[in-house]
Amino acid sequence: MTVERDVMEYDVVVVGAGPAGLSAACRLKQKAAEAGTEINVCVVEKGSEVGAHILSGAVFEPRALDELFPDWKAKGAPLNVPVVRDDIYFFTSETAAVKTPNLFVPKTMHNEGNYIISAGNLCRWLAAQAEELGVEIYPGFAAQEAIVDEQNVVRGIVVGDLGINREGEHKDDYTPGMELRAKYTLFAEGCRGHLGKRLIAQYDLASEADPQHYAIGVKEIWEIPADKHVPGLVVHGAGWPLNSENPGGSFLYHFENNQILVGLIVDLAYSNPYLSPFDEFQRFKHHPVIKQYLDGGKRLAYGARAIVKGGINSLPKLVFPGGALVGDDAGMLNFAKIKGNHTAMKSGMLAAEAIAEKLAAGSEGGDVLDNYPAMFKDSWLYDELYRARNFGPAMHKFGTLVGAGLNYIDQNWFGGKAPWTLHDRVPDHTTLKLAADSQKIDYPKPDGKLSFDKLSSVFLSSTNHEEDQPVHLQLKDPSVPIAKNLPMYDEPAQRYCPAGVYEVVGDGDAKRFQINAQNCVHCKTCDIKDPAQNINWVAPEGGGGPNYANM
Amino acid sequence: MKALVSVKRVVDYNVRVQVKSDGSGVVTDGVKHSMNPFDEIAMEEAVRLKEKGKVTEIVAVTIGGAKNEETLRTALAFGADRAIHVKEEGEVQPLTAAKALAAVLKKEDAKLFICGKQAIDDDANQTGQMVAALLDIAQATFASKVEIEGDKAKVTREVDAGLETIEVDLPAVVTTDLRLNEPRYLKLPDIMKAKKKPIDATSFGDLGVTPGAGFKVTKTTPPPTRSKGVMVKTVDELVSALKGKGLL
Ligand SMILES: Cc1cc2nc3c(=O)[nH]c(=O)nc-3n(C[C@H](O)[C@H](O)[C@H](O)COP(=O)(O)OP(=O)(O)OC[C@H]3O[C@@H](n4cnc5c(N)ncnc54)[C@H](O)[C@@H]3O)c2cc1C
Ligand code: SF4
Repeated sequence: MTVERDVMEYDVVVVGAGPAGLSAACRLKQKAAEAGTEINVCVVEKGSEVGAHILSGAVFEPRALDELFPDWKAKGAPLNVPVVRDDIYFFTSETAAVKTPNLFVPKTMHNEGNYIISAGNLCRWLAAQAEELGVEIYPGFAAQEAIVDEQNVVRGIVVGDLGINREGEHKDDYTPGMELRAKYTLFAEGCRGHLGKRLIAQYDLASEADPQHYAIGVKEIWEIPADKHVPGLVVHGAGWPLNSENPGGSFLYHFENNQILVGLIVDLAYSNPYLSPFDEFQRFKHHPVIKQYLDGGKRLAYGARAIVKGGINSLPKLVFPGGALVGDDAGMLNFAKIKGNHTAMKSGMLAAEAIAEKLAAGSEGGDVLDNYPAMFKDSWLYDELYRARNFGPAMHKFGTLVGAGLNYIDQNWFGGKAPWTLHDRVPDHTTLKLAADSQKIDYPKPDGKLSFDKLSSVFLSSTNHEEDQPVHLQLKDPSVPIAKNLPMYDEPAQRYCPAGVYEVVGDGDAKRFQINAQNCVHCKTCDIKDPAQNINWVAPEGGGGPNYANM
Repeated sequence: MKALVSVKRVVDYNVRVQVKSDGSGVVTDGVKHSMNPFDEIAMEEAVRLKEKGKVTEIVAVTIGGAKNEETLRTALAFGADRAIHVKEEGEVQPLTAAKALAAVLKKEDAKLFICGKQAIDDDANQTGQMVAALLDIAQATFASKVEIEGDKAKVTREVDAGLETIEVDLPAVVTTDLRLNEPRYLKLPDIMKAKKKPIDATSFGDLGVTPGAGFKVTKTTPPPTRSKGVMVKTVDELVSALKGKGLL
């Protein structure tokens, strides 16, 4: 069945209203204004509003924002809480911890001059700036596919078919989507973008890079008693409840309004299939160092999102005919700092400058934006990512302690320019041990005060999906979960999914793999960690997914 | 015939509403807002009446701060021809809203005023009725079906005993119930066009309305949390559990 779709033409279409996409859109308009020309820019966002799907820490480095809007303060950007102190702990057991003396903290973990922010609110503000500059932003519309013509050139995207039922048939209210065609299309979908993933494969963009690496971050917002709240205090941690084979780290930021932003980041190269990042986080909150702040407080919000952490060694080629990858869709995050907001913004700005340059030279689009990688190479962004290149691999190769030592030497003695480059060529979905060779983990029961169960947590993400639509978590082979993953790894999806989407139900031969797609919070972990790479995350109907506030 | 539809910006129905720790209200900062679902039904009904040729022009009206423009753009994407923004940053109580809407209705000389039966934020269920009273015109509340015949409207209402069909003279106020219709998906091209449709700004002052405080919210509390259920496997277990609680 061919579908007639309306078509709109733009100079630039941006997929995703995160820091990367919005910065790109703003920069394009600024460049056009400087040159006294018009560049029309459209941004689509799968969240029901800008910010609804944004989840970050976040300690924010304002470097890129300073460049994009030097007058951000006057314009009311939501950077209200400067970092006042950095505490770093190594958790040695469930009750003990050592505070790292300042002297031994790698430079990259110092946060003077940075702010504790809600990245979602930063995006809401950036969207307002973009609209003021004339950018059209359409939240509630997911880019479903890239339009690729016979010459293998990306010509735009298809958005928003609505009203298709679970079986894939048109319902009464079926509404065909639209083609948004563009001279250049920027993909800014964030970590593990589903179109980005396809484009990387289709154009073989990652052939010269190390495999990409990921982590999952589980985060909550708490309101705590005022007398325990130290606005601007940053607390990072490593160690318990994780370990060298299942590494990760934690954060706890004292934000505004007596709020605390607390989370656990679990490396997706973990090896024990019984591990559940959600439950690790729940028990982590009982550690005395963390509990001291949360006791007597109230949990306000919950969410989870994957983090791209391969850095420069894993960076794919950034461009293909007619478009480019920016932000975490490309993998621009600096994992030595666990910061990707400023790098996402900068990469978006660079791509925008590259496009503006092409358009000013009279380009009709559809060509390769080769000036973008060149500008990237010359930028502080490249320099920053280059300096951080050994961080992740050192942790994977030598474990948290020795890895941290090496990183200390690399960052503080060599400024990140140590004469070695470590590589990590083992993809995260291959690191699981067999269930038979692994130790089961007995997670403590949630106490309903500091720790909670999955369902009541997912409830706080305010996630929702129209029920009667095709399941957006596609199994390439529906038999794999029960026939292979279950006997081999006790189907780890039951545990790595932070929203309880995957369940194995029934007994004996009647065992069945159930997908509760409405619960999905769009973290992308299943797409990354499934050992058989059998789960394909695709965009659901626009507007579906979490409704995060202040995340 | 001109129809006026009022649309309110409320905290989105998907959002888990949090009560502020000092009990002064609920958290609205940074929280997703959207058009009150009953107002979406009102917009949809107006558009259907226009598609049937019963209504010739649809005007959408909202009362509230700058962000309400978004709600009006949604109404315009549904199919409103133009919109009126009564600008007011402060709190608006139902009676004040009703006075302002009555003033707009009078000025526009619309024959049909459609609004939601209630807004999902304060659940007041008063505004439509008060607009009718202020203008001394007919009202048909909780509509589950609306038919326009000449200068009369035949409205089926959901009442406790079932359905009741009444006939009212126009001009009239109709408030929408959940089952009146299922609002359509907004199409991207319509949302694009909505950006270019006109919105007129006005104010309580222009409309001759003095906002008054009819009541004061003294306290907001969250509903009591339900204690955890117990899973029982057999009828015997159930019986003993009920006995244990002194319920049997
Ligand atoms: C737990 C956690 C803690 C973090 N802490 C920090 C920190 O302290 N400091 C820091 O700087 N960084 C931090 N980061 C990293 C930072 O959040 C990311 O690097 C940053 O968000 C990347 O920005 P982006 O614009 O590339 O992608 P994103 O912020 O992920 O935005 C992508 C947007 O695109 C939308 N989208 C995706 N696919 C589609 C589609 N097909 N159609 C339409 N829309 C689509 C998404 O809904 C989303 O709104 C943290 C991340 C996590 C998960
Ligand atoms: S289904 Fe996949 S993307 Fe959705 S919440 Fe679970 S792991 Fe994340």
